[in-house]
Amino acid sequence: MGVLTRRLTRSWSGLSAAERREAVAGYLFISPWIVGFIVFFAGPIIASFILSFTSWNIVGTPEWVGLDNYERIFTADPFFRKAVSVTLRYAAIYLPLEVFFGILIAVVLNQKLKGIGVFRTLFYMPYIVPKVATSLVWVWVLNPRYGLLNTILRQIGIEGPSWLSDPDWVLPSIILMSLWGVGGSAVIYLAGLQNIPDQLYEAASVDGANRVQKFVRITLPMLTPTIFFQLVLGMIGAFQTFTPAFIAAGRTGGPLQSGLFYMLYIYNRSFESMRMGYGAALAWIMTVFIMVLTVLVFRSSSYWVYYEAERKRTR
Amino acid sequence: MTDLSATRQRSWLGLRGLRIFNNVSGYTILMVLSALFMIPLYWMFSTAVKTPQQTFAIPPEVIPSPVEWKNFGRVFEEVPFGRFYLNTLFLAGANIVGHLVSVTLVAYGFARLRFPGRNVLFLIMLSTLMIPYQVTLVPRFVMFAKLGLTNTYWPLILPAFTGTPFLIFLVRQYMMSIPFDLDEAAYIDGATRFDVFWRIIIPLTRPALMLVIVFTFIDVWNDFLQPLIYLHDPNLFTVSLGLSFFQGARETDWNLLMAGSVLAMIPPLVLFFFAQKQLIGGISVEGLKG
Repeated sequence: MGVLTRRLTRSWSGLSAAERREAVAGYLFISPWIVGFIVFFAGPIIASFILSFTSWNIVGTPEWVGLDNYERIFTADPFFRKAVSVTLRYAAIYLPLEVFFGILIAVVLNQKLKGIGVFRTLFYMPYIVPKVATSLVWVWVLNPRYGLLNTILRQIGIEGPSWLSDPDWVLPSIILMSLWGVGGSAVIYLAGLQNIPDQLYEAASVDGANRVQKFVRITLPMLTPTIFFQLVLGMIGAFQTFTPAFIAAGRTGGPLQSGLFYMLYIYNRSFESMRMGYGAALAWIMTVFIMVLTVLVFRSSSYWVYYEAERKRTR
Repeated sequence: MTDLSATRQRSWLGLRGLRIFNNVSGYTILMVLSALFMIPLYWMFSTAVKTPQQTFAIPPEVIPSPVEWKNFGRVFEEVPFGRFYLNTLFLAGANIVGHLVSVTLVAYGFARLRFPGRNVLFLIMLSTLMIPYQVTLVPRFVMFAKLGLTNTYWPLILPAFTGTPFLIFLVRQYMMSIPFDLDEAAYIDGATRFDVFWRIIIPLTRPALMLVIVFTFIDVWNDFLQPLIYLHDPNLFTVSLGLSFFQGARETDWNLLMAGSVLAMIPPLVLFFFAQKQLIGGISVEGLKG
């Protein structure tokens, strides 16, 4: 910080009067963001860190408890373990499926067909309507007795599970619900597909490559940066999943807490049982975890992500 | 499809025939996938126009008859859905105003004015995108609670007036693409900085501002966690919050719940339909944000 101020003052004294006026105007123009940054971002983050060392139910005064919250979370909180395991299992199953179906739909939507725009809108649609509404629709689709899915299964002679009332089936249900929103990712993959230069495919055709070879040798490698970003965002998204779990599994996480996503647990501790300090500690653990994960994934990316610019440099 | 069969088709279909064949197979896959996607929507729609008896019929009626259009009216009578609609529209409007003011000002500052520390500040702004907002949730709540502002709209509106990093980034990129000669020419003609901002840059930034409006509307309309935390008075509920409240209170009225879901989906869909062209480019940018 000291370095920064020194550099700022040094460059400030080197400015002409007109440049100074421009600089003052500049600070004024960006001042709304600066205020927001301090009041709604940096301040709360610091406050959250301090709160995480206290025990506080928002009425009385916060009581300093040192590392107690963290100790309890890591050693004596079965719900924390449950929440982490639910969230990680969700990510481990959902993310590969998301990549697969996202690319499949993107490839299908990338055809030059008449009226393709209508289909694009269709697949994108679940992504722009309220999650509460789509979650409710799925709760009804998955109704064990009157729901659509079990009715169809019954037609073909299978007695379907009780989905959201069965602890073993809550997570698969929520994964199914999320997959319905995969059109949001498909649009991203579509943009990735459209950035692949046509010459690559033309050259491959000249060399006699078939469709499958073109897909495996050109499309997939060229898409790896997109896949990579989607995976990072998906992992972060898993930890932020709230509404589908709240609506479908219920605010306490459903039968045997089988749908207790991490964010739902933070919400429960902070705003249902009003334990602000504990909730802040949970949120901090999540933030650190996400940041470490992001750094790790970025570090590892050079092993499997194909960036055209990099290849040019090494050549 | 294997290469071999493709070659064989090519030989007897001819080039034109091959194209038609490809189109037909393309449409077929599209149709199948779309149908799978549409089924839950159809289920929602058909349930929304069923009577209670039809709703719990086994096997279910695929095409409900009679069609109970009254359900949509009953949603408004039995739950203050009209109220929820107006509340959410108000919140969306206030957030749009807030974003239009703050985002344009800040983006202009970052895009077209020079000041010491600009790049550092811009990087700080971008890096805030990487930190999950959940970590600020508890202290923000505490702050608004201590100000006595829970159960009001202030916590859901005020932050918009300080801008949102992603939208600032979007608009700033757009403003960077406007030629600087325009500013210079205006300054020579004696325009002030605010004139340039207001009369030159803002009109030229209109397509990006459309994106700001649409994204803000959809975000506010769909938000659930924040209204859930801050609002307790049913008179203040948003559509999403009202719907979830309705789910808890009337667990067996699935026909009405589905009618409510249809009504909740309409505004963002209508907006999306009209703004589609502008959105196509913006979506792929937003997607990177998640």
